[in-house]
Amino acid sequence: MAVLLVAEHDNVSLNAATPKAMSAALAIDPDVHILVAGNGCASVGDEAAAITGAAKVLLAEAPHLEHHLAEEMAALAVPLAAQYGAILAPATTTGKNYMPRLAALLDVAQISEITAVKSADTFERPIYAGNAMQTVQSSDAIKIITVRTTAFQAAETGGNAPIEKINVPAPAGLSQFGGDELTSSDRPELASAKVVVSGGRALGSKENFAKFIEPLAGRLNAAVGASRAAVDAGYVSNDYQVGQTGKVVAPELYIAIGISGAIQHLAGMKDSKVIVAINKDEEAPIFQIANYGLVGDLFKILPELQSELEKADG
Amino acid sequence: MKVLVPIKRVVDFNVKIRVRADGSGVDLANVKMSMNPFDEIAVEEAIRLREAGTAEEIIAVSIGPQKTQETIRTALAMGADRGIFISCDDELEPLGVARLLKCVVEAESPELVILGKQAIDNDCNQTGQMLAALLGWPQGTFASRLELDGGKARVTREVDGGLQTVILKMPCIVTSDLRLNEPRYASLPNIMKAKKKPLEEKPAADYGVDIAPRLKVLKTQEPAAREAGEIVANAAELVEKLQNEAGVI
Ligand SMILES: Cc1cc2nc3c(=O)[nH]c(=O)nc-3n(C[C@H](O)[C@H](O)[C@H](O)COP(=O)(O)OP(=O)(O)OC[C@H]3O[C@@H](n4cnc5c(N)ncnc54)[C@H](O)[C@@H]3O)c2cc1C
Repeated sequence: MAVLLVAEHDNVSLNAATPKAMSAALAIDPDVHILVAGNGCASVGDEAAAITGAAKVLLAEAPHLEHHLAEEMAALAVPLAAQYGAILAPATTTGKNYMPRLAALLDVAQISEITAVKSADTFERPIYAGNAMQTVQSSDAIKIITVRTTAFQAAETGGNAPIEKINVPAPAGLSQFGGDELTSSDRPELASAKVVVSGGRALGSKENFAKFIEPLAGRLNAAVGASRAAVDAGYVSNDYQVGQTGKVVAPELYIAIGISGAIQHLAGMKDSKVIVAINKDEEAPIFQIANYGLVGDLFKILPELQSELEKADG
Repeated sequence: MKVLVPIKRVVDFNVKIRVRADGSGVDLANVKMSMNPFDEIAVEEAIRLREAGTAEEIIAVSIGPQKTQETIRTALAMGADRGIFISCDDELEPLGVARLLKCVVEAESPELVILGKQAIDNDCNQTGQMLAALLGWPQGTFASRLELDGGKARVTREVDGGLQTVILKMPCIVTSDLRLNEPRYASLPNIMKAKKKPLEEKPAADYGVDIAPRLKVLKTQEPAAREAGEIVANAAELVEKLQNEAGVI
């Protein structure tokens, strides 16, 4: 049976999580439709249509879909569901908000944050902050799934799927968008960056975080991340948090600076290809999973690292 | 206004769990159990609403085996007024939990239900959203701020891009994120007082709803292990290794 993938986007462009979730969708069934719901988001529909493997794009546009409120997204998807064997969305904060609502309206379970598709009804997912992996088989007629996108390669582009405009139900009217405060940065996006430089409590202040972490990230064209302790202390905003309850990242290179390596932090970065830890405590748990460790005071090491990188760049 | 706070007893966040060698699950024998950290935040938020004069009564509800009552007593010691214990020895999925909670909501008619955004054992992040769906109520998930005003809830949510605010009609569902508040510890006198607070018990089966699991766990395994690598002497050596050995810069 066909599969529906709900696209993640900001009405202007498609989020990098969508082509990755596409690979999970294609592993379930080759007949994948993509739902692009939003307001004035036709350009996103075009981008989705270009994802290789998309059989069709459903474009749902209405003012009340602009902010992807859970009440409206779930109400939109319910009447579509009967045609599909599975509905997937990337496990972003948007997908995690509306997908369980949709599942309950359809009276089925949700399978959260899958990391592998074993068959059309069997999936792998992490539990206990990734300290165990569970293989689960669903008996529901329709599978509602969120996808941990770090576990999947992005689908290619080059396709040209037909785009079909679909009817949008009247607003549910239960909730209303009241504004947002989005972080703007010229850095690559944390969730999909090739290199991530993260700072922890040890940075000590917002000023130090900016002074010591930012230049290194700039040099490496890296996204900036942080531990919960650094976010709680106000060094950076909440969207920088990596971990069990923040973002899950799996870059080529993850540099953890002044981060102890609590299991909740490891949950968000331990699938990175190469991990570097800089910490003054040689017993810090982060060293147990780091490919390269450097023991010492970050305030001394980071300027040295910066100048070594400059030398290496020649 | 009544506030209902569903809470869950889970393995303490400091425990590094062990997976059973035969793939049958996680070894929970003699492991320290605590209230799910997000639920402590939910209880705290409800108490603050009562302290501000917005809420009159806080009911803590939990579903699980007999020992779950200890977790409800913890919520009572923090400041909840009374507890509801739904006894059930089977593992429940979020949909089953949401169905039971719906019955409790219908019996108690709270204006607000605050839950933790996820339980740190199964990491599902579903129950609040599912309960909202079953009740036809709006939802404010991953809340870092909650303001109630004139029959509406203004919820600031932690989202991937930063913060988003939604305005919800009440009654509504709110799920707590880490920065909603810092939960208080129960003081010894309050722990003693909590022993006398009402705690009603009812078996899950008495609610007459379908709570059968929809997912079959085929196996539980250790994640791919990562080995500790090497300690390098200085920044120069690190750069050299990253360039020539790992090839990542
Ligand atoms: C429910 C729950 C969810 C959580 N979710 C997350 C999450 O998503 N992400 C997350 O990160 N955490 C999360 N946490 C918190 C987690 O348990 C840790 O408290 C947190 O990760 C610690 O952050 P840290 O490593 O920056 O701070 P600390 O643990 O305090 O570590 C600081 C480190 O810096 C080192 N250091 C100090 N000074 C220097 C110096 N001058 N030079 C070099 N090194 C130095 C110290 O040796 C230490 O290892 C969660 C906790 C709970 C209960």
